[in-house]
Amino acid sequence: MLRTMKHLTGGVAMAAALVLGLGGAAQAKTELTMYYPVAVGGPLTKIVDGLVADFEKENQDIKVNAIYAGNYNDARIKALAALKSGNPAQLSVMFSIDIYELIEQGAIVAFDDIVETAEEKAWLKKFYPALMENGITQGKTWGIPFQRSTIVMYYNKDAFRDAGLDPDSPPATWGDLVSAGKKLTKADGSRWGMMIPSTGYPYWMFGALTKQNGQTLMHGDGNKTYFDAPATVEALQFWKDLGNKYAVMPKGTIEWGTLRQNFLEGKTAIMWHSTGNLTTVKKKAKFDFGVAMLPAKKSRGTPTGGGNFYIFKKTSPAERKAALTFIRWMTAPERTALWSKQTGYIGTRPDAYQTTILKDYVVEFPPAAVARDQLDFATAELSTYQTGRVRKLLDDAIQAALTGSKSPGDALGSAQKQADRLLKRYR
Amino acid sequence: MNHVYGWLLLLPAAVFLLAFTHYPTVATLMQSFFSESTALRPSVFVGLENYELLAEDEIFWKVLNNNLWYAAGTIPTSIAIAILMAIWVNRRLPGRGLVRMAYFTPTILPMIAVANIWLFFYTPEIGLFDQIGAVFGMPSQNWLGDPDLVLGSLIVMTIWKEAGFFMIFYLAALQSLPPELEEAAHLEGAGRWYFFWRVTFPLLMPTTLFVMINAVINSFKMVDHLFILTKGGPDNASSLLLYYIFEVAFSFFDESYAATLTVVLLVLLAVIAVGQFVLMDKRIHYR
Repeated sequence: MLRTMKHLTGGVAMAAALVLGLGGAAQAKTELTMYYPVAVGGPLTKIVDGLVADFEKENQDIKVNAIYAGNYNDARIKALAALKSGNPAQLSVMFSIDIYELIEQGAIVAFDDIVETAEEKAWLKKFYPALMENGITQGKTWGIPFQRSTIVMYYNKDAFRDAGLDPDSPPATWGDLVSAGKKLTKADGSRWGMMIPSTGYPYWMFGALTKQNGQTLMHGDGNKTYFDAPATVEALQFWKDLGNKYAVMPKGTIEWGTLRQNFLEGKTAIMWHSTGNLTTVKKKAKFDFGVAMLPAKKSRGTPTGGGNFYIFKKTSPAERKAALTFIRWMTAPERTALWSKQTGYIGTRPDAYQTTILKDYVVEFPPAAVARDQLDFATAELSTYQTGRVRKLLDDAIQAALTGSKSPGDALGSAQKQADRLLKRYR
Repeated sequence: MNHVYGWLLLLPAAVFLLAFTHYPTVATLMQSFFSESTALRPSVFVGLENYELLAEDEIFWKVLNNNLWYAAGTIPTSIAIAILMAIWVNRRLPGRGLVRMAYFTPTILPMIAVANIWLFFYTPEIGLFDQIGAVFGMPSQNWLGDPDLVLGSLIVMTIWKEAGFFMIFYLAALQSLPPELEEAAHLEGAGRWYFFWRVTFPLLMPTTLFVMINAVINSFKMVDHLFILTKGGPDNASSLLLYYIFEVAFSFFDESYAATLTVVLLVLLAVIAVGQFVLMDKRIHYR
């Protein structure tokens, strides 16, 4: 009996403490939950936790629970599941190309509907326009760039010297690329001129080739694709020719996951890859390597990639305000500069490169500036309504052409037809 | 009273079975008759429309075809190898424990880890197979990037992974066979092959049935390696049914079509399992 009594009093005391504690917190603090993905290696979760802790120190009235949610796909699945369960997050970092999916699910709110003051409105215009392309549709801004990357060309300077090429002038046009590739390729198969990965994210690499040929892959409203445009077909033909006609690249598809190892072991003199690999290549390359912008046909070009901040619709005005405060704090020039230096992601706004942190870093490590300079030629990553299906149509078409089971024209033609069928109801 | 007691004992297990097996199965079947749901377009009853879509879906047929080849490629070979290995390590040989362990090792490795290792085996130029081939002057092959080779490459890896697992069952079965049989056969002058074919193999049939059913189910449910090795590519040449279901559900967010595909997979597995029981039961000697 005595024991039961003890238990009871203990329980009551605890409950009272809980109620009091909660009451106190609710008065003062707005609590935010944020999911974020990590798509590249490195101690990114630690960096994010550190940033959040700093933010909470400066903003005592806001508490942020930052939850690591796996890769981009996982983060989207978790955020949408939380939304359905009625216990949603208030903001999240998700794939920039998820925008149409999130709008269609009625999950997110446009930043234009949250910003109020002139200063806040001006903030929306502070970022590189190329990085905003994946965040703007229907005349509104839905995503704010955070962890963003592009494709760059890594090349082995020792191999260039060995082949009698100038290591300080990497190929700048498609023609240069082919002729350099021919000199770099060894007849015995011990070294290829170049490799462009065609598994994992073929549509992303292809976005670079089409942009270089003066063509984008889709309309900004996300309801029309240009897969069968002549310039698109020409770009795929060129990709295929690199292997089949000019023989400077292996035939068939090239694996995304092992390409970096191929480059590090000297099996290919040039690779196209995400800027996200820069830190690893810098650490592991036993040879002199360079990083350059992708070459041009009509112009230079690359798609952007990576994650944006989104704010969810199921939020109170106070939560939206707090989320905006947090996002603005996270994307301030100083923080952006630090984030870029620590991770290898691009500084998302021009004034970040005016900070001493990035000014010094660019001098110390010039490749860090290549991705920034290339932003002038960048375009949006492929993103439409029904984006998963449309992307797969293009991926399959690219692989069918590269492995020779269809001609580039046929493969892209049928992909376009099927994409039209999917997207018709969004026009 | 005894009845109530019995049912009460069964209740916990029954609840879990109902909640996590039977209810989802029925819910999946129901959902396959409804259209995809988004916030703007709520789901509506569409009857058999999803099944009509499926009949026209080229990728579905390709993936199903792949899966049948994958099953045909992995099951008989891994069973044959499993029997061979079991007979081998059932004999008295030096270091028997070590050899048994070595054969069993692939089984205990997680599929994701295996795939990550084999990814580098299969890599052109720098991969293990190409480097071995180069010693004998063979040209480099793009194992995972060539639509004609990719499924075969996956089959080889799966056999390597599975055979050791099946070996354990055969080893247990072999050890339960009475040694008198072999002595009697020896006295009668039966050769080794004759003894295996007429005595050992028929006596192993119950094990073979069990292993076959497991192998068939595995060949439809093991897709972990695809996430690492090929993502179903190039151009769906290595995609399997369950991987396609995953893509439809979590990349396309079309839960209804994914449910339709799942129903097809369930029916397929049920038919195969029943077929195996009915056909093979007649040929099995249970002692």
